[in-house]
Amino acid sequence: MGEVIVITSGKGGVGKTTTSANLGCGLAISGKKVALVDADIGLRNLDVVMGLENRIVYDLVDVVEGKCRLKQALIKDKRYAGLYLLPAAQTRDKDAVSPEQMQKLCENLKEEEFDYIIIDCPAGIEQGFKNAIAGADRALVVTTPEVSAVRDADRIIGLLEANELTNPSLILNRVRPDMVDRGDMMSLDDVTEILAIDIIGVVPDDESIVVQTNKGEPAVTVENSKAGQAYRNITQRILGNDVPFMEFKQEETFMNKLKKLFHKG
Amino acid sequence: MDLFDLFSFLKKKEPSSGTVAKDRLKLVLVHDRVNCSSQVLEMLKGDIIKVISNYMEIDEDELDINITQTRSEDNSGTVPVLYANIPIKSMRRNAN
Repeated sequence: MGEVIVITSGKGGVGKTTTSANLGCGLAISGKKVALVDADIGLRNLDVVMGLENRIVYDLVDVVEGKCRLKQALIKDKRYAGLYLLPAAQTRDKDAVSPEQMQKLCENLKEEEFDYIIIDCPAGIEQGFKNAIAGADRALVVTTPEVSAVRDADRIIGLLEANELTNPSLILNRVRPDMVDRGDMMSLDDVTEILAIDIIGVVPDDESIVVQTNKGEPAVTVENSKAGQAYRNITQRILGNDVPFMEFKQEETFMNKLKKLFHKG
Repeated sequence: MDLFDLFSFLKKKEPSSGTVAKDRLKLVLVHDRVNCSSQVLEMLKGDIIKVISNYMEIDEDELDINITQTRSEDNSGTVPVLYANIPIKSMRRNAN
């Protein structure tokens, strides 16, 4: 029986779509059959992040409205066996779908023998959010170490629990180890202390995310990408494997050592 | 800025911005979680003063009412508490 995982955050721009793409791709590489579902109706983006924008014929709303069969709308990613994308509609709005329809859609996807169904949730706490979480078995909350993002994550955690999605896990995205060392960014410990939920991964701020998104190939496929490694680790944890958290050691330069010596900081 | 900031120890040490962020967040989340605005808190304060003033004379300027967090009794996390510090000036003689 497949598992439906919703990737959510409250605040926009913290990396929900990037996370969805990387985890979906990572799980497929691990040999699982994965459906990526873009629930951000009206603002579809998972297709471009995945590099599948030219292959869309039907979308999620077409499936829900019975204009096509589910199988017709699922785009098969030719690069990774077992990976499929169900794109969002671009010219409709969030009201085009109801939570009940999303629930039914998730059930139908499970019947197609997907191991994992990853739902990319839109930002906000309105209709789109309610739709995205309706069929989910489990939630991953993405946040960055900023006051606004953490505050919104707290609100989302409350709403998830009110909707019987207890025990969501946290992904702390875009961490800058140098800034954390300086005390100018909240650390993983700071954020987990505030939000009091389980952590499933920490992703460093990494240029390779931008580069890979430019190309439409998730960073999880790039061997020497730090963010890619972080996503590979999260993939393993989703699969139930215990993987130690990454160490972000700053390469100490000569000047930094000297500074420390003088500064005693 | 001079090269190694040699005289930084003479300046008063300010908390790092990360710590400031954490402290501000903690406070704002306490209010978010109980869904209690400062306006509601002011009304509550007014009502408390009204009731207590029937029995004792209190120092309204020094009165402090706030929502903070404390460990829950079963130690499973933190719970919000209403904290009130109300200095008494004198008891009212005709209270009873």
